[in-house]
Amino acid sequence: MKKTLFDKIWDAHVVESIPNGPDILYIDKHLIHEVTSPQAFQELKDRNIPVFRPDKTVATADHNTPTENQHLPVKDLLSRKQLKELTQNCEENNITLYGLGHPYNGIVHVMAPELGITQPGMTMVCGDSHTSTHGAFGTIAFGIGTSQVAQVFASQSLLVQKPKKLRVNVNGKLKKGVTPKDVILYIISELGTNSGTGYFCEYAGNVFEEMSMEGRMTVCNMSIEMGARGGLIAPDQTTYDYVEGREFAPKGEAFEKLKTYWESLKTDEDAIFDQEYSFNAEAIEPMVTYGTNPGMGIKITQAIPTNSNKSSDKALEYMGFTAGKSLIDTPINYIFIGSCTNSRIEDFRLAASYIKGKKKADNVNALIVPGSRQVAAQIEEEGLHTIFEEAGFKLRQPGCSACLAMNDDKIPAGEYCVSTSNRNFEGRQGQGSRTILASPLTAAATAIAGKIVDFTKHLN
Amino acid sequence: MEKFVTLTDTAVPLEIENIDTDQIIPARFLKATDKAGFGENLFRDWRFDNEGNIKKDFPLNQEQYQGQILVAGDNFGCGSSREHAAWAIKAYGFKVVVSSYFADIFKGNSLNNGLLPVQVSPEFLAELLKAIEENPKTEIKIDLENQVITLLEKQLEERFDIDAYKKVCLVNGFDDIDFLLSKLENIKAFEEKHIA
Repeated sequence: MKKTLFDKIWDAHVVESIPNGPDILYIDKHLIHEVTSPQAFQELKDRNIPVFRPDKTVATADHNTPTENQHLPVKDLLSRKQLKELTQNCEENNITLYGLGHPYNGIVHVMAPELGITQPGMTMVCGDSHTSTHGAFGTIAFGIGTSQVAQVFASQSLLVQKPKKLRVNVNGKLKKGVTPKDVILYIISELGTNSGTGYFCEYAGNVFEEMSMEGRMTVCNMSIEMGARGGLIAPDQTTYDYVEGREFAPKGEAFEKLKTYWESLKTDEDAIFDQEYSFNAEAIEPMVTYGTNPGMGIKITQAIPTNSNKSSDKALEYMGFTAGKSLIDTPINYIFIGSCTNSRIEDFRLAASYIKGKKKADNVNALIVPGSRQVAAQIEEEGLHTIFEEAGFKLRQPGCSACLAMNDDKIPAGEYCVSTSNRNFEGRQGQGSRTILASPLTAAATAIAGKIVDFTKHLN
Repeated sequence: MEKFVTLTDTAVPLEIENIDTDQIIPARFLKATDKAGFGENLFRDWRFDNEGNIKKDFPLNQEQYQGQILVAGDNFGCGSSREHAAWAIKAYGFKVVVSSYFADIFKGNSLNNGLLPVQVSPEFLAELLKAIEENPKTEIKIDLENQVITLLEKQLEERFDIDAYKKVCLVNGFDDIDFLLSKLENIKAFEEKHIA
């Protein structure tokens, strides 16, 4: 039978299929962080069982960590306790932890790929829904709940029903100013927030083939925002070039041997998907969201749709927007460039290229948060920090930061934030905050203008 | 895990679509390191304003709505994978959530905590919401064994699907860890021949 990329990886990891039930799926890499792991460690303690394969688990601290003064003890006592517990749990169970201050520390979905922990053909899980990011490497990667974190601790396996298969094709030439973030926001706005529920999504077409690994990660990251458990892109030369030479990537002969296997990980011609959609790249423009879920997106110059129902009316009321109007010229006081969606070096290069030689508008509070210590170091190395500082942007230390506002990086109630993160839910960036999702380029242009503008007119 | 067989009770209506887990339990309450206490912050920012005053128009704050069944709009539980959402709903006192659609991770998390997600047709959901609005004392019966949900006063019923394995777990109070631990030898044998 013809197989998809997803089938090939899945089938290679099935320990056993339970008749009329789920598969026992073997997990190659388990990533953990401070927020969704403590109760899972407790579960093991209560049952008096060990972590079965501690060498296949890697930990980082990212969700609640401050982005200033990381060398000092964490001020927030609950956060400090949660971080301390992660450290203790990792020590007791022989799990490698890249904690606050470690050169490898960073957002779990930024640090694992840059260290070569993420590799094609793997199964990866983490107690975080944006684990779908790692699918960019041709990896089955998905978010799990804390009970499942405990299951992976106990058995390096999970009981899961094989999801259905979806393919989204985007072909053609992207317009100037259209970034991978716009591509995925466009797809979600077209398909809706629950179109992918029950599916794993393969992204195919020349647009993804021509994307960098950073761009592919941005796309796969947001698969969960259309409900898909994960997204994936077939590995190719771009993938191999990115993985080769990284700290934990296989070396020499081992790399070549695995590469031969990775090259087989492509969807067979005529393989059948349960659902398939195709889009033209030319139809995509820079995107912004206007509502309180990521599917409520429009082209930056477009008017907010007028189809009214209880839920969309509630969203517009929360956002303070009016159906039928565009967001152009909406004054914006906050912008955030960061999160596991857009905090890799390429995102900051893109933002810097627009910002260079300009100043942010006086009304704007502009926050830049790198995804990892390595990205932060690269920003310095390439001199991007000077561009940001001269333009009046605040460059902070790495972490999840204002994406979910578990630390002090919060957007005040009632304020708009043009944010490169992944969720515009009510209060996501702080109680009463209003999030407009966009690309790093759109966020940068908004910061300079102090309002939402059609910046594509000014691009060379 | 607590066993689940049947439940007959009144319900609380939440006629909002795409309720995400950030609304169910906002991120600032995720700093706890145990599972207790999430119930009091369930739907925190919909139940209370920024000063902590009760929002009277929110169904959970309206006395006429009581019961262990939550009836919610389409695509319930989307967004973050936080199991704290399922813990919060359970701790508040709900045993069943009814919706016309559930997000995958939330559904799995609920089943792992003995909170039963019952997916019904959009038509049946509309009937339920209408019946509760007309009579908040209206009773709904959930029979897991036969996989049937019944709106008692109207004798309207609908069959719902549930993964056969998960049903066995719920009815008997088993969980996945017990099952996986019984398979460790197979898992070790798999590792021997596994490529990555």
